[in-house]
Amino acid sequence: MNRNRQRLYTSRAWLAVMYLLTVLALIPLALVLWFTILKGLPSVIHPQFFFNAELPPCEPRCPAVSNAGVVHALIGSGVIVGIASLIAIPIGVLGGIYLAEYGVAPWTRWVRLASDVLVGTPSIAIGLFIYAFLVVPFHHFSALSGAVALSVLMLPIVVRTTEGAVTLIPNGLRESGLALGLPRWRVSLQLILPAAAPGVITGGLLAVARAAGETAPLLFTAFGAHIVQFDPNGPMQTLSLTVYQYALLPYKSLQNQAWGAALVLIVVVLGINLLSRWVLRRQIALASQL
Amino acid sequence: MAVRVESRPIPAAGRPRDGFRTVVAVIASVVPVVLAIIVITLVLQALPAIRHFGFSFLTTSEWNAVTDHFGALPAIFGTLFTAFMALAIALPVGVAVAVVLAEPGHTTIRGYIGIGIELLAAIPSVVYGIWALYVLGPWSYEHIEIPVSERLHFIGWFGLPAPRGLFNASLVLAVMILPTLTAISRDVIKAVPRGLKENAVALGATWWETTWRVILPSARAGIFGATVLALGRALGETIAVTMIIGNQYVIPHTIFQPAYTLASVIANEFTEATGTIYPAALVELGLVLIVVTLIVNVLALLLVHSASREARLTA
Repeated sequence: MNRNRQRLYTSRAWLAVMYLLTVLALIPLALVLWFTILKGLPSVIHPQFFFNAELPPCEPRCPAVSNAGVVHALIGSGVIVGIASLIAIPIGVLGGIYLAEYGVAPWTRWVRLASDVLVGTPSIAIGLFIYAFLVVPFHHFSALSGAVALSVLMLPIVVRTTEGAVTLIPNGLRESGLALGLPRWRVSLQLILPAAAPGVITGGLLAVARAAGETAPLLFTAFGAHIVQFDPNGPMQTLSLTVYQYALLPYKSLQNQAWGAALVLIVVVLGINLLSRWVLRRQIALASQL
Repeated sequence: MAVRVESRPIPAAGRPRDGFRTVVAVIASVVPVVLAIIVITLVLQALPAIRHFGFSFLTTSEWNAVTDHFGALPAIFGTLFTAFMALAIALPVGVAVAVVLAEPGHTTIRGYIGIGIELLAAIPSVVYGIWALYVLGPWSYEHIEIPVSERLHFIGWFGLPAPRGLFNASLVLAVMILPTLTAISRDVIKAVPRGLKENAVALGATWWETTWRVILPSARAGIFGATVLALGRALGETIAVTMIIGNQYVIPHTIFQPAYTLASVIANEFTEATGTIYPAALVELGLVLIVVTLIVNVLALLLVHSASREARLTA
């Protein structure tokens, strides 16, 4: 009896330990969010933050609020991630359809393996690759090369999530399309893809969120700039580069800019993530109706 | 008279051939082709350094751009050390969270915990970096490193605390790989056949005995796969580590001192590298990194796949 009681208490103690560790795991999330808001908000609430580009640092004596902003980084992030999405999403969606619709073909195993490996490839190595591939031949850094680097990162994410979403669609829909005499491409693109749309959109959103937060592949491709740039053929600033470059500088005013940019970045990325979660829930509800 | 049924071989899957299939197959092939081109490009770019240093590149510790002497050992050491230390910190926590998440019941609370862990994965690396640099590093310096080194300084590894160094880099990495560990471990634990658990409970095992002696052992292979996958993530992480590791090209004597990793050296020095040997040496660091992560990732994927297939067969 005594021994049984001891076993029970041991069990409860371990259960408590497991829950404690779970709480411990969530503490960093709270701390990162809290400090980013705490340190970033004073910069972000300043009205010039979203309208001015960078100003030179004003150390050692700085007016209480500096007028510098991150509009050049915002535009840059938008342009670069936009171009990257235009490259990665169409290729990724069609690739994902291939994996899901022709999953028995032996080649799909290799595509699947390559996507999973590419997801885990260090992003700095992709930056080196694009530098050798697109920057050196053209003799200058460019937003375009940064966008290609990001599209390499996004591609496997889009492929795998599209595959997952298309696989969820029941075979009946496919068969009814084929029974009506539709060719395979119309079945895949006009029947299956719309039915799987929320899942595919989720994948695209997740990939965009990942790309927006990436810094390493942009260091030697998009490189960064100090002014508003619209020309994708030249270097361009992004939010992530702003955080990285300014955080390491000894100027307090620029460090504040970095925190502000970090806050904008985290709001955008987490916002996209939560949005994608909501879209995915609709997909699952939709698929269960089919 | 019986109708003679002409027996033709049943066409293989996907046939009759359609043009659409060819088109999407070619498009999907972009992924493996890009992967191959990445590796080939890096090998070609690193060739001057590979020819110049040969195998000694991996075993020497000098990094001197003036005399063109380059050795990767300190960066390899820093990369492996931070990654394994991060794993040691994250593994118990990650598995514990996975066990909690895989439990039945209380789905709302568990759902929120799961979302929280997944958001941890969504936070950009550079945000972890700035947080580590200004918040975690100074805090851990004051409240972990100094007390530990005061009490344990007679053990050589625990001396010389610093706000930026190996230990703090490992802490950040541990947070960053936690979601990978948790997500896969949870799926593997959930895939353990219900029967096994019910048998244990029917024999009178407590919750802990069931978890520790039945569920975790049968999920072992998958959890190991998750660990290796997380290792791959930790090895390749660049920006956050670059901001917190201190960037000293040495093999430090204590776990608190500044060091360097393969990815950080590239991030810091590549845009300033001139000549032929110097950039090539940096690309060779990248090549070492990508080859190691490729091997680790393929290994992890094989482990996770075989574990989930096994679970499906026994279920």
